[in-house]
Amino acid sequence: MNAENIAKPRVVVKDLNFFYGKYRALKDINLDIAEKKVTAFIGPSGCGKSTLLRTFNRMYQLYPQQTATGSIMLDGDNILDKHQDLNKLRAKVGMVFQKPTPFPMSIYDNIAFGVKLYHNLSKNDMDERVEWALKKAALWGEVKDKLKQSGMGLSGGQQQRLCIARAIAVKPEVLLLDEPTSALDPISTAHIEKLIDELKEDFTIVIVTHNMQQAARVSDYTAYMYLGDLIEFGDTSTVFTNPVRKETEDYITGRFG
Amino acid sequence: MINLYTRRRIANATGLSVAVLAMGFGLFWLCWILWTLLDHGLPALTSAVFTKMTPPPGSTGGLLNAIFGSLMMTVIGTLIGTPIGILAGTYLAEFGQRGWLAPVTRFINDILLSAPSIVIGLFVYEVYVVHVRHFSGWAGTIALAIIVIPIVIRTTENMLRLVPSTLREAAAALGAPQWKIISFVTLRAARAGIITGIMLAIARISGETAPLLFTALNNQFWSDNMNQPMANLPVVIFQFAMSPYTDWQNLAWAGALLITFSVLTLNILARVLFRQSASTH
Repeated sequence: MNAENIAKPRVVVKDLNFFYGKYRALKDINLDIAEKKVTAFIGPSGCGKSTLLRTFNRMYQLYPQQTATGSIMLDGDNILDKHQDLNKLRAKVGMVFQKPTPFPMSIYDNIAFGVKLYHNLSKNDMDERVEWALKKAALWGEVKDKLKQSGMGLSGGQQQRLCIARAIAVKPEVLLLDEPTSALDPISTAHIEKLIDELKEDFTIVIVTHNMQQAARVSDYTAYMYLGDLIEFGDTSTVFTNPVRKETEDYITGRFG
Repeated sequence: MINLYTRRRIANATGLSVAVLAMGFGLFWLCWILWTLLDHGLPALTSAVFTKMTPPPGSTGGLLNAIFGSLMMTVIGTLIGTPIGILAGTYLAEFGQRGWLAPVTRFINDILLSAPSIVIGLFVYEVYVVHVRHFSGWAGTIALAIIVIPIVIRTTENMLRLVPSTLREAAAALGAPQWKIISFVTLRAARAGIITGIMLAIARISGETAPLLFTALNNQFWSDNMNQPMANLPVVIFQFAMSPYTDWQNLAWAGALLITFSVLTLNILARVLFRQSASTH
């Protein structure tokens, strides 16, 4: 199932198992994430797609009782190695969540917060970085006159783009999107899908989505998961038009799930 | 057989009237108390109350030394208790997920929270007043600080727990170390709630009499020496109200009015503040 056709894998997952306490939520996952492409994880609720995504920046580490075994290689380092510096890892692997999560501070500070953690920029450089990130996230035009206002005052779609701007402002190598549009209206969703398309020029993107049309629209590779197993992984067009496995076909045609 | 809709309307009307009656019953006593206070306190609230010291029986005077003493002990007690409370509450909410220390601390804090304040006064009397051999402003301050701590711990912990964990995850996902997540994101998100808790704690201690009886005692004269017995409104009210002298009784009414309305103002401010911030989040 390891897609042989991925020329430049950026992240290599080998024999990954994940446990919530004793419950095994991921079973021997093997897959490659292609550089500067969009990889989508699809599957019914509880299949482990978000769990898989959250191993890439070791988000699960915040909670006791959650453990992962196997290896996830990024730049020659095993992400799961216990000596891995979590903060450095998360600087390289950014994440955007299902619900918009603006910090209780100004729009400007929301973006500067992450940048300040790693770079000591001058006022001018920081201004430029904030503008760059907001432009990349297609939000600059809407907020350029109110950078000092609270990020909580924006609409849901704007907040989510603010979170994307915040994630890319630290210039990560990999961007994880955990159902980034499921709390948004169709127009905001379209905004963000267009954005994902532009962002893949600079970043390696992994997206979890409940929406199969969305996976088909935005991704280059698709992984279909079910009950902790990776059922099928390959080219998005192949997975959607000519799936190898019967289960995948049942799911994408809506006969199941 | 009455139909379902009528039955529901009757149940609704009954429930509503009982609730309104209960509210009226509660408010009735509160209004009566406030009215009596205003009735007796307002005439006694002369400018002398704010400019003169507590008098000996039979002569005129005011409450200046008591007002000053109360302010001193309340402010310093709050300044001592608040940082300890916020830090401990932060520990419980942010670090208390594993291990035995946090549950034990939380349990003890709950006991302290509901401990009768006279017990706290006696405690400070035993461990401090007995050793320095005299009542003092510091002893009163310590007793008040001990009352503040559990209130602030509880509100800080509760308010931090209300901060959605996704906000913590979002900050962690940027690679922020935990101390930055807590000080710049979660504490800031919970700020209004924590300030409300502090104001409620101030309101609580500014009316406490029992812990001061055994610690600060009272002082008939002006004193800003925290190492000496210190005058304070609650104890002055307690003594003056029980006395047979009309002048003293009137001053007690004025003092009671002052305390009640400052506590009421603090409470209202705390609620307004909390509501405002709740609507902007």
